[in-house]
Amino acid sequence: MSQKIDADVVRHIGKLSRIELTDEEMRTFPGQLTDVLQYFDKLQELDTENVTPMVHAVELKNILAADIPHESLTPDEALKNAPDREGDFFRVTKVLGAGS
Amino acid sequence: MIDTNDKVQLIVGLEIHVELATKTKMFCRCRNNFGDPPNTNVCAVCTSMPGTLPVMNALAVDYSMKVGLALDCNVPDYTKWDRKNYYYPDLPKGYQLSQYDLPLCEHGCLEIPLADGTQKKIRVLRAHLEEDAGKNNHEIPGATGVDLNRAGVPLLEIVSEPDMNSVEEVAGYARSMQRLVRWLDVSKANMQMGHMRFEPNINLHITRDGTTYKTPIVEVKNLNSFRSLEGAVAYEFKRQYEEWQKDPEGFSLKKLGKQNRGFDDAKGVTVFQRDKEDAHDYRYLPDPDLPAVIIDDAWRERLRDEIGELPLARRARYIEEYGLSFKDADALTQDAATGDILDSAVKAGADSKRCVNLLLGRGAAIANERECSIADIGITTEQLTELAKMLADGDVNATAANKVFDKMIETSGAPREIAEADGLLAVKDTGQIQQWVDDAIAKNPQAVDIIKEGGKKKEKSFGFLMGQVMQASRGAAPPAEVQKLLREKLS
Repeated sequence: MSQKIDADVVRHIGKLSRIELTDEEMRTFPGQLTDVLQYFDKLQELDTENVTPMVHAVELKNILAADIPHESLTPDEALKNAPDREGDFFRVTKVLGAGS
Repeated sequence: MIDTNDKVQLIVGLEIHVELATKTKMFCRCRNNFGDPPNTNVCAVCTSMPGTLPVMNALAVDYSMKVGLALDCNVPDYTKWDRKNYYYPDLPKGYQLSQYDLPLCEHGCLEIPLADGTQKKIRVLRAHLEEDAGKNNHEIPGATGVDLNRAGVPLLEIVSEPDMNSVEEVAGYARSMQRLVRWLDVSKANMQMGHMRFEPNINLHITRDGTTYKTPIVEVKNLNSFRSLEGAVAYEFKRQYEEWQKDPEGFSLKKLGKQNRGFDDAKGVTVFQRDKEDAHDYRYLPDPDLPAVIIDDAWRERLRDEIGELPLARRARYIEEYGLSFKDADALTQDAATGDILDSAVKAGADSKRCVNLLLGRGAAIANERECSIADIGITTEQLTELAKMLADGDVNATAANKVFDKMIETSGAPREIAEADGLLAVKDTGQIQQWVDDAIAKNPQAVDIIKEGGKKKEKSFGFLMGQVMQASRGAAPPAEVQKLLREKLS
């Protein structure tokens, strides 16, 4: 059985994703997310006794490119779809402190 | 400051982030160039446009494997990529491509020098490849500016075991790692450009009355100089001991777990950032866009060949083969190029002792002035070989050789031509030397009288006459010969 998604888990996921959730969403999401996870339980029914565990979905290996520069975008092209810019920077809400 | 009843042991593990000196980024072929104008080295991949696919930089994988092999790591047959999920403006994808459970390198070690002249092995837990984040600009009023030039630059994260027990060991390990990556030529390892960043994990094991206490582990984030690394570790040693003294039972690893702190360079103190309550939950998952990397023996062998001789092996060889002291051998193996020049000169027939003296004499002095390696002052194998041979043949004396050395660095000229042009070639013509000696005696009767009287001032006057002859020869007369002739004349 998969984990039951309760309000605390939803709040935690919301915080990790930097999403503010409304009271309404806090009421509907736990049930919806629990349903989604239950679909995956369906997979547990499959007999995988003689199947080698898969580490990667793609059957390719060693796709590597030589270290040769290509032409980059101009700042104008790079910033074209940005909601806001400041000079040649992407302009975002003020952040403080370290990232990772 | 430490209570005599307490035995306090500092325990430090170090994470080092090394930016690799590839021409292009890890997953796209935008330039990896520090200091370019904002958002000029960006494309659809590194700005994380939907539908783009990352493609690994082959050279970055080679460079990382070289570091792993040089650290005597296991470089496994199979390695893969994972997503480390977190949201921050300098990480436009919302995840960092990194390696979680199957890193490129694992279980190696690095030997570091200790103050007492012995060595200590620091174990390396793992080294994995990942991408750097962009840079946030905080100087814009009321907003943050994001520059994605650095986003996607290849970063090798090298994680040590908690094997360091003093500030000196931490510094020694960090500097040895800098030397190694420069030696392998995989990173410029320039601190000012952020090529190396440190994150030490620090705690104390304190034994009092037979009981051992462990203080909570502190990880200090993002230190970008040796000075702040040393400062942060020294400060944490003091702070954790003082905190523990206030509450030996409560201030414990078991109760408080791990904490992140930052370092305030100006004040020299660490500052609380977050504790285990709001630790990040990175939700690692295998990246479906990047295929696995399968490594075979042929690949590992090719890189071993490219690595060649490692610094510690070369240092040992210099002691053995050239009969150098540990100190001299160590000074010549700080970088690969300096030793390469020395070895080629010896191979071309120059005497190793004379080459070493030239490199560690004027060579080291000029390097010191310029704050660069001896090789980087611009000396060539040909110059070193010729000058060492001239010394061996008595074509120049030591003083003249130093003058030639300085000039050949300044002008990139050939030593013999410089010595000829500047009249620095040793005069082997005894008649000419005789003439200078006679002139000096004739012009300085007072000094001659003093010497003949044999009083206290005798040696000083003899030295004066020596100086006169050397000056007349512009330093080109062999001092031993001059001395011999003067003594004969004045006895």
